[in-house]
Amino acid sequence: MRRSFVLFVAIAMLATVPLVVPAQSSETLIRNATVLTASRGTLENTDILIRDGKISRIGRNLSAGSGARVIDATGKFVTPGILDAHSHLMLNAINEGSLSVTSMTRIRDVLNPTDIGVYRALAGGVTGALLLHGSANAIGGQSSSVKFKYGKPVEDFVIAGAPEGIKFAMGENPKRSSQTFTGGQTPRYPRTRMGTLEVMRDAFERARDYRQAWADYRSKKTRVPPRRDIELEPVVEILEGRRIVHAHGYRSDEHLNLLHMAEEFGFKIGTLQHGLEAYKFAPEIAKHGAGVSIFVDSWSYKLEAYDSIPYNAYILWKNGVNVSINSDSNERIRRLNLDAAKVMKYGGVPEQDALKMITLNPAIQMGIGNRTGSIDQGKDADIVIWSEHPFSPYAHAEITMIDGEVYFDRAQDRSRQAELRREREELEKLEVNRAPGSGGTPPRIPAERVEDDLGEHHGEIDGGHR
Amino acid sequence: MRFFVLAAALFAAVAVDAQSDGAQQNRIGRSGTFAVTNARIVPVSGPVIENGTIVISAGKITAVGEGISVPSGAERIDGKGLSVYPGMIDAGTALGLAEVTQGANATMDMTETGTMNANAKAITAVNPHTSHVNVTRVNGITTVMSAPRGGLISGQGTVINLNGATQGDMSVVPEFGLVINFPRIATFGGFGGGGFGGGQAIDFNEAIRRRDNQIDELKKIFRDAQNYARAREAYAKDNSLPYTAVDLRMDAMTPYIRGERPVMLTVERERDIRAAVNFVKEMSLKGIIVGGQEAHLVASELKANDVAVIYTNIYSLPVRPDDPYDFLFGAPGELQRAGVRFAISTGDTGAEVRDLPYHAGLAGAYGLSREEALKSVTLYPAQILGVADKMGSLEVGKMANVVVTDGDLLDPRTNIKHMFINGRLIPLTSRHTDLFDSFKDRK
Repeated sequence: MRRSFVLFVAIAMLATVPLVVPAQSSETLIRNATVLTASRGTLENTDILIRDGKISRIGRNLSAGSGARVIDATGKFVTPGILDAHSHLMLNAINEGSLSVTSMTRIRDVLNPTDIGVYRALAGGVTGALLLHGSANAIGGQSSSVKFKYGKPVEDFVIAGAPEGIKFAMGENPKRSSQTFTGGQTPRYPRTRMGTLEVMRDAFERARDYRQAWADYRSKKTRVPPRRDIELEPVVEILEGRRIVHAHGYRSDEHLNLLHMAEEFGFKIGTLQHGLEAYKFAPEIAKHGAGVSIFVDSWSYKLEAYDSIPYNAYILWKNGVNVSINSDSNERIRRLNLDAAKVMKYGGVPEQDALKMITLNPAIQMGIGNRTGSIDQGKDADIVIWSEHPFSPYAHAEITMIDGEVYFDRAQDRSRQAELRREREELEKLEVNRAPGSGGTPPRIPAERVEDDLGEHHGEIDGGHR
Repeated sequence: MRFFVLAAALFAAVAVDAQSDGAQQNRIGRSGTFAVTNARIVPVSGPVIENGTIVISAGKITAVGEGISVPSGAERIDGKGLSVYPGMIDAGTALGLAEVTQGANATMDMTETGTMNANAKAITAVNPHTSHVNVTRVNGITTVMSAPRGGLISGQGTVINLNGATQGDMSVVPEFGLVINFPRIATFGGFGGGGFGGGQAIDFNEAIRRRDNQIDELKKIFRDAQNYARAREAYAKDNSLPYTAVDLRMDAMTPYIRGERPVMLTVERERDIRAAVNFVKEMSLKGIIVGGQEAHLVASELKANDVAVIYTNIYSLPVRPDDPYDFLFGAPGELQRAGVRFAISTGDTGAEVRDLPYHAGLAGAYGLSREEALKSVTLYPAQILGVADKMGSLEVGKMANVVVTDGDLLDPRTNIKHMFINGRLIPLTSRHTDLFDSFKDRK
């Protein structure tokens, strides 16, 4: 019994322990690449020198010190690492669905650094993401900005100094349209778009009062300190422009109402998330100064997605809005390069602006555009080397680096496959993991894995409770 | 001057076209004689013609190659800098049966109630006026196989062109194949792997026993259908024999139990695919695997039994955390090298079928050659659907399902410039271009 438990633990660990991160050197020279900078056009036959995790120099015929890792990228393409401004990777829980305002909850508290989805995202050239609470509540939980430092402890994932964020949600999800109530159950408020806005207004009013109560106490107008309120503290931060609002919504009218409410309370919305109808009120979005983070072309999967069009990115871009293309899916995150390529066709966004929609633009939306998102001197060395142009359907990522360290290397992945296969065969022979038909009961799959199982292919995209 | 006349003629033609079918949601285009000249022609079934002409007349391809003379009266389309491909075919959809999958049940006709629905025919429920038709085809997809889902025997799929005002106009093969949601070993919940999250994990032996019971049930249905068909046939020959009353479900099984038409077995895991192949063999059926996530692990059995695979898992995640990250991207390449007949499909219910070229492209990024990637969404699905005599390549005599592009058909940056379905020049408009036009200049 004891032996099999130990084996079980060993197997569970083997299943989740990442590939060994290769030995890292403090200096890396990428030679002779075609560099898509995402900020200053395309540079041919260009070298990139990386020192201490930063892009140190970009130019021709650069030299590196002895001991530097040199990568010959002749014929290859280099881009900044892809960022996904709407992801639920790494999360052991997504929705605290009990209340309509769950601003006290923190995504930071439920990060799982061993999620295999992180490795798969790295293999798609993704180096980081904005991890968001679900969309079950008008005001949801606090978000977390991470880099995908797979194999490192969880605290290394969280981007130090990245601005704080929070999820808002409007439309079908917070009003729980797809939820049915059986006898004795009371529906949660709100059940309409009207109610959703009032929940938000109520939170802002309460936060104002709360802030005033503290101001009164500090100015000695009152003598008893207010009780600390962890629901309202983040809302105060929103009002003071210290916490970025990422607002899930589909219909143009509801998103526009939110912009108006923000203006009334004197702050700016950071991003409209999904914004499938954002193209219908692009000038208003531009005027407010919000960004929009969209699916490039998903539509028709639910009623409020029926007016989504793939020209959304183009119309927003033409109006000067900062647009990012997100995945909201552990599957789709692996091919954001092809999603960005599509906007060149739908309307005709220029190549660099298309690339920005998965690099610099999401970085700006996450408030980290000054340190990552483009290939520029002094920025974090978050870099992908592609086998060919990343907008080609035949391209794959060969190397993905974060802060100058390699977290995905296709050649190494290939060379380890045979070894992993042997390891799996050996593990499958163990008593605890006996083959089908021999009477063993396998360890139960953790709940958060189950959605990845067979037959659930497209269930992930904003499946009504995200 | 000549150009002006031509342009005016074209404009007039377009105006007439708008008048004749402008009120329809899916504009059916217009027929005629067309010649795309000076184009790069990719016939798929043969070598690329770098500078050729293709002539389309009365619905068919009437000439293709170099030095083709353009028939008088033909409408010329200058193909300089453009490429001509056969229209793409998605062999694994439910397009037309499911408009809005969540929150609008009234638009859903994909899953009939009950477990045995052999008589449910997709061709009777496909909505010719769904916006999924216009949105899908403007991305170069001219034909789909659309089929019901759910239950044990879901119903019969249909092969349709994405054009036509009626189901009859769209139909290529009205009743193509019988969908069987093949029983699988599920250690969580019951049939179909449902009930995740609840219930106790069950022993593998028990899971296998349950799966085998379901396969026995399935076999019983097939044997009942065989007996039914024999009894009906016998009575037709000899009226003195006892009469067997019509049973619509059983009746619908007849061409499938006789192997005249294929059964499409929706099945994913290696162990279940093996069982499905055995089932096909034992019941002497014509079998196609749909889904086929791990089909490449069963390649030799599939090849030996000539069971084709409609592979729908490019946009799926590997099931096991320790599967290689590109396990599913690489599967079509493995199938091809093993000599298994296969096609790549989105497996989508409709809205995302337009992504078909990118599914094939990704397979092309991970081990399938570009030529094979192109075949996997043109000629191969045509062969598996039994319509390769009509479509899937650019050959004289074939139905003119033709796409003209400004780049590689599988590249997401490529624009479709012209397209023909059954010889009709299709307007490149859709629900999405209409909404685009309505809002693009809003200030």
